[in-house]
Amino acid sequence: MSGDAIPTIGRGRMRWIPRTPFTLAFSFLVVGVVVLLAFAAPFVAPRDPQAQNLVVGLTTPNSEFWFGTDAVGRDVFSRTIFGARGALIGPVLIALGAFVIGNVLGLLAGYKGGLLDAAIMRWVDLMFALPGLLVAIVLVGVLGSSYALAVIVLLVLTSPFDTRIIRGATLEQRSLPYVEAARTLGVPAPRIMFRHIFPNILPITLPNAFLNFAFSLVALSALSFLGLGVGPGSAEWGRMLAESRLLLFDNPMAALAPGGMIVLTAASMNLVGDWLYERLADRGRAR
Amino acid sequence: MSVRGLALFVLRRLAALAVLLMIISFGVFSLLYLAPGSAEQVLLQGRAVDAATRNEIREAFNLNEPFLQQYRLWVSGAIRLDFGESIRTGEPVLNAILNRMGLTIFLGLYGFIVAMVAGLSLGILAAVKSRTSVDRGIVMFSIVGASAPPFVTGVFLLYLFAVLLGWFPAFGQGEGFADRFWHLTLPALALAFGGAALVVRLTRAGMIGALDQDFVTFARARGLSPRRVLRAYALRNALIPVVNAGALMLAFMLTGAALVEVTFALPGIGALLVESVNFRDLPMVQGLSMVLATVVILVNLATDVIYLFIDPRISYSETTA
Repeated sequence: MSGDAIPTIGRGRMRWIPRTPFTLAFSFLVVGVVVLLAFAAPFVAPRDPQAQNLVVGLTTPNSEFWFGTDAVGRDVFSRTIFGARGALIGPVLIALGAFVIGNVLGLLAGYKGGLLDAAIMRWVDLMFALPGLLVAIVLVGVLGSSYALAVIVLLVLTSPFDTRIIRGATLEQRSLPYVEAARTLGVPAPRIMFRHIFPNILPITLPNAFLNFAFSLVALSALSFLGLGVGPGSAEWGRMLAESRLLLFDNPMAALAPGGMIVLTAASMNLVGDWLYERLADRGRAR
Repeated sequence: MSVRGLALFVLRRLAALAVLLMIISFGVFSLLYLAPGSAEQVLLQGRAVDAATRNEIREAFNLNEPFLQQYRLWVSGAIRLDFGESIRTGEPVLNAILNRMGLTIFLGLYGFIVAMVAGLSLGILAAVKSRTSVDRGIVMFSIVGASAPPFVTGVFLLYLFAVLLGWFPAFGQGEGFADRFWHLTLPALALAFGGAALVVRLTRAGMIGALDQDFVTFARARGLSPRRVLRAYALRNALIPVVNAGALMLAFMLTGAALVEVTFALPGIGALLVESVNFRDLPMVQGLSMVLATVVILVNLATDVIYLFIDPRISYSETTA
């Protein structure tokens, strides 16, 4: 090993992802549009997402309602735009939270070792053995449905994965000369962990945050799809899909639009994360 | 590893399973105890009743006992496979679970087989045709698959094959094997998509790695047929991470089954869990948690045993306490 931060996985044909510049540009575009819509929803959406129009009722897409309306005459197009908010806030919080928790626990476990490492890793092993979303279903369902609770539960279930990855990366760094040099110079352990090792494992942890975003988006929308998390009638993609599922024969757009947005956003985030990973890993090697 | 060693390993793991089940059951029990809304409130649904009726209900569900005594009563029942009665339907919990288990097992196995077959063959194909447009297409498929939750896939499949083309039924679970097979095809495909994506990724990476190894080059140099090199040398080595993913796949299938069953309105145990949780049917949630935990732990054990047969380098005799 030649001081490579990421042996084997970042190298050669193994990690090659067939991604044309077009797919990547498209992914960035999707992510950008979703972020923009989340912030500018009230200005972009042609109608109030909650306004029911019982005179119009259920319609298929037309010039007035681009995606048609749902069972109580709400404009599907506006609701899909407002849905970008729920799709952004929760996953961003989870990705950020898992990044912080994972880094603190992973660096401590990897650098300090010993009893602390053993304790942290037992917890991680336990969480790995659980089917995460099932646990989330029971926890969120029993403790009372709310978006905040769903976010917290998913954060607790996601962070062990980060902890494990970061611990592994820290273990690799710990034996490298720069860490040894810092230790010999008497640099205190917290400073070594957070000022020396942390930036060196960023090429792994930062892209991982993007993958976490994609995962949390899917998990959160799954919970809302099951009626856990957001309340009924919310303009949230998973919830919209659940409520419009039975309208497939009347206005398929009411279900396909939010469903398509979930997949499009998650896939784009995954591709951006993969791209970031390769870029950062390559740059690390060139130095 | 000897047969005796293997038996000891399995026994030790089964003992650990019993301990783990105790911990999980206590966790779920405390959670339900702490949760807002008790069994009596669910039964009463906000109706006003006199104190005697209220007390009768509390007696029936052991709500007048102290917490630990409640748990003890539940455990002594659970050991005799008596998990109490559903608050929602009054049906014994175990009966309700067993009645609905068949559908979920059918759906899960169907989905698992589709995911494995599709994932393995596409993964191998992508590795062999590495860096061609075939590879590109397969990897794009796996990225979309990994990002598409089963309920979205399910709704798109329903729209395409049931609404537009009319090839498959939009709902129902079918009578008899053939009919059920036909009814559960779309749900199984929805369930398999994400799993197949995972298997494709692992198989492709494993195969590309294995094909780069010296022993494969040497096998080729000795003039073995490409088919034999692929099967006996590369694939066997590439399979290890795929088997490891088997356990992960099961967790995925169980969660996925809940979503798919709700999407296609199928009465399986996944849908039962969601209904019970939404209704706060405490005995049912407890019973289901136990059954699901047992299944997950047993499959993890099975995965570890299968490992032994695939990879002779692994031995559990000295590791793990």
